[in-house]
Amino acid sequence: MSATALWLAVLLTAAGCYALKVAGLSVPRAVLERPRVRRVADLLPVALLSALVAVQVLADGDRLVLDGRAAGLAVAVALLLLRAPFLVVVAGAALTAALLRAL
Amino acid sequence: MSPGRVRSALRRPVVRDGVAVGVATGLYGVSFGAVSVAAGLSVLQTCALSLLVFTGASQFALVGVVASGGTVLAATATAVLLGARNAFYGLRLAPRLEVAGLRRAAAAHLVIDESTAVATAQVDDADGRAGFWVTGLAVFVCWNLATAVGAVGGQALGDPRAYGLDAAVGAAFLALLWPRLHGTVPRLVALGAAALACGLVPWTPAGVPVLAAGGVALLVGAWGRPGREP
Repeated sequence: MSATALWLAVLLTAAGCYALKVAGLSVPRAVLERPRVRRVADLLPVALLSALVAVQVLADGDRLVLDGRAAGLAVAVALLLLRAPFLVVVAGAALTAALLRAL
Repeated sequence: MSPGRVRSALRRPVVRDGVAVGVATGLYGVSFGAVSVAAGLSVLQTCALSLLVFTGASQFALVGVVASGGTVLAATATAVLLGARNAFYGLRLAPRLEVAGLRRAAAAHLVIDESTAVATAQVDDADGRAGFWVTGLAVFVCWNLATAVGAVGGQALGDPRAYGLDAAVGAAFLALLWPRLHGTVPRLVALGAAALACGLVPWTPAGVPVLAAGGVALLVGAWGRPGREP
């Protein structure tokens, strides 16, 4: 992506995210308080984040590969089960992948 | 504020909690900064994201889609969709905050996971308001400082793969997802979305698999039988 395209993505995302925050504080409750809307809103981050995990760890261009990233994710799962803080989880995954590549 | 006033403010448990949450959350801005420059964004673009977008999951999403070669549209759409939850936080916060005009414009920027959690955990309305502002501002300051440190440090590192920074992105998304996996429905949605995204990787342009997987939430949420509200 070119620098201009990246700036466009940064500014569009900023505008979109801010608009959503303002909307939440401003719109009448009835608009968003429908059970279906609520359920979609609760499940949306779950679906997007898990798809992001899968793609970030397994995709290499248009192929699926198992490499150091998958080992890093396995360590991240273990650390999350041990209730490690965010930064420890992320660093643990990075360190695992780095060590495997250094071998 | 005078030191005396700071001391007396810090005696309020909600203020202490807010500052603690702010520091803890802010710290992981370091990982965002490092991952963002590794994905090819400049230090300035990385800092602009934390200043202007200021909602962690969306920032990581944008950077993740950029790193995998997605388009501006795919990166923006994924990031903004993830930010949709903040609108629902605002709904819950509005009656408690009672803000209008410029104060509302400022408060809106601080509507994130952490400020909402601290504000809604308070029994007392005044504590809730204090919790929102203190946490929001503490996270804002720490998150932006940490982003800058991570971005500058990440740039000095050299090859991101040698430090496993590509593996850090997946782990960051998993850590953000983890607390949302309570109950059968979210777990099934998570598995379905991940499987669908993987299935689409060979057939669609970068960025599309993740957006398509968002459709799983739409299907399950809109067509499933609405459960009882908690």
